[in-house]
Amino acid sequence: MKNILLITAKEFQSYFNSSIAYIFMTVFLVLTHWLFFRGFFLFNQATLRPFFALLPWVFLFFVPAITMRLWAEERKLGTMEVLMTLPLKDYEVVLGKFFAAYGLLILTVVLSFPLVIVVATFGDPDSGQLWGGFLGAILLGGAYLSLGLFVSSLSENQIVAFILGVALSFLLLILGESFVLLAAPGWVAPLLEYLGLHTHFESIGRGVLDSRDVIYYLSVMVFFLFLNVRSVESRKWK
Amino acid sequence: MPTISRNLVVPLGSKVMQGKFTKGASQGTSLQELSELPAFHVLPHPLPRTPMIEVAHLTKCFGPITAVRDLSFRVRAGEVVGILGPNGAGKTTTMRVLTCYLPATSGEVKVGGFDAVEHSLEVRRRIGYLPENAPLYGDMTVRDYLRFMARVRRLAARLIERRIQEMTAVCGLQAVLGRVIGELSKGYRQRVGLAQALIHEPQILILDEPTSGLDPNQIAEIRQLIKTLGRERTVILCTHILPEVSMTCDRILILSNGGLVAQGTTEELSRQAAGDAVYHLTLRPPQGLPAEGDGRHAALGEVRAKLEAMPGIRRPECLETIDGGRARFRVSADAARDLGEELFRLAVENGWTLSELRREAVSLEEVFSRLTTREK
Repeated sequence: MKNILLITAKEFQSYFNSSIAYIFMTVFLVLTHWLFFRGFFLFNQATLRPFFALLPWVFLFFVPAITMRLWAEERKLGTMEVLMTLPLKDYEVVLGKFFAAYGLLILTVVLSFPLVIVVATFGDPDSGQLWGGFLGAILLGGAYLSLGLFVSSLSENQIVAFILGVALSFLLLILGESFVLLAAPGWVAPLLEYLGLHTHFESIGRGVLDSRDVIYYLSVMVFFLFLNVRSVESRKWK
Repeated sequence: MPTISRNLVVPLGSKVMQGKFTKGASQGTSLQELSELPAFHVLPHPLPRTPMIEVAHLTKCFGPITAVRDLSFRVRAGEVVGILGPNGAGKTTTMRVLTCYLPATSGEVKVGGFDAVEHSLEVRRRIGYLPENAPLYGDMTVRDYLRFMARVRRLAARLIERRIQEMTAVCGLQAVLGRVIGELSKGYRQRVGLAQALIHEPQILILDEPTSGLDPNQIAEIRQLIKTLGRERTVILCTHILPEVSMTCDRILILSNGGLVAQGTTEELSRQAAGDAVYHLTLRPPQGLPAEGDGRHAALGEVRAKLEAMPGIRRPECLETIDGGRARFRVSADAARDLGEELFRLAVENGWTLSELRREAVSLEEVFSRLTTREK
């Protein structure tokens, strides 16, 4: 546990040292706020639903941006050789990196909290939907992060890691969308509907906290983190 | 085939153990503090003469390429061993297997008595590793980086700052402690890498080309440092800079094409590889060499013939002609006999003015090139 925290602290610090964190948070907040407020006064509804509806698409590009360097850079610089010869277990390093990126993402989501105050001053938003929306965003972000982190371990090129991360996240996101379901043969449709990231995000966002949705997101994270541990190990298989 | 000179290392092992015990007393820290660390940190002190590193029939393949082939060697506690070899000889791969970064395809590697695959964490705790080119995190300051490494190495919190100070002094990092690593020169980065490898006082230090990119003064400093460290711990130094090995190492392993081709001390290797003795002589015939033309050719031929006629001399060869009507010759002779006097007498008899007469020692370079360019 201590080892995981050490890696987390180091990676988290590193986001701020390299000013990735500041750029990430600023651009993310400006972009989402602008997109939100553009419609907010137009629709004249005291709700954050349009904001949460944006997140799966904004995350699609922002989340791989914070995971792409985590392994790719280690491989490129050769620091991986030092890191993996330290007395640390592979899964400790993987989890350490994951939590660091998650910390940055959660911090960013929390920083958009003033939106709640804005909405609350204009009306009376449904608190279930608010909490559901934030929780859904954090869970969805975690799923993207685990995928992006795994993809980063496959390449030593950060650009490749980024694009592959966006592409795979996109695939997983739209898996449960109706036009995919219509095109798929009947028996796979329920499976795809279950696997799609977006379906679960919407269901949490309605303010209904179903344990199945939470378990789904946690399983996605565990699955990709497991793949990540294996891919870090894979240098030993050659 | 390699000759294993076991008797060679025994005195070194015992010397080192003395060093280990007096060290605790003189600095008044390490041994005492070690016992206060969490249980798994009290590393048993190696018994004298126990092999610290044991490599048996190590083979490492990358797909169809065999990087290391049936390599076996031992390193005793407190030895400084140099691994030499041309590029692609399997040095770095061997280091990576020793540090548990890569597993062996077959064969056994034991470090400090622990198997590198089964007890990989135990092995990694005992090792300080500086890979080639000293890879470091560019966005951290030197102090943060060393602190991070010390923490991961599970140094007790109150020891960390002191160890950082010590390492700063030992590696000469005072001026850059607060600087970001990415801005440092190659020399400083190399030293940060070394400080990182030493911070937890490892029993075993594995250094892959530690002096690459340093200027001559820094190289001398680092070599001195390695020598000092070698009194207390086991050091494996991997390099292709030959003088470095002969200056710092107790024993040398020469790798070529993934296999061990020779091992021993510098002198042993030189003796082993020495075939002929080589003499260099610079001389001036009585009238000097004619400036050019047939006369010059004849004069050189005459000298060569006289040298060749001398018993025990083979292949006299004119290397160059120098101003003042002189010429440099190289002759080969039997290594067993000293022909210096006879060559001098020959020169006197013929009225040659000698300005140089020396016997060439077989250098490590030559040993190296002879051993590594043999038929594959």
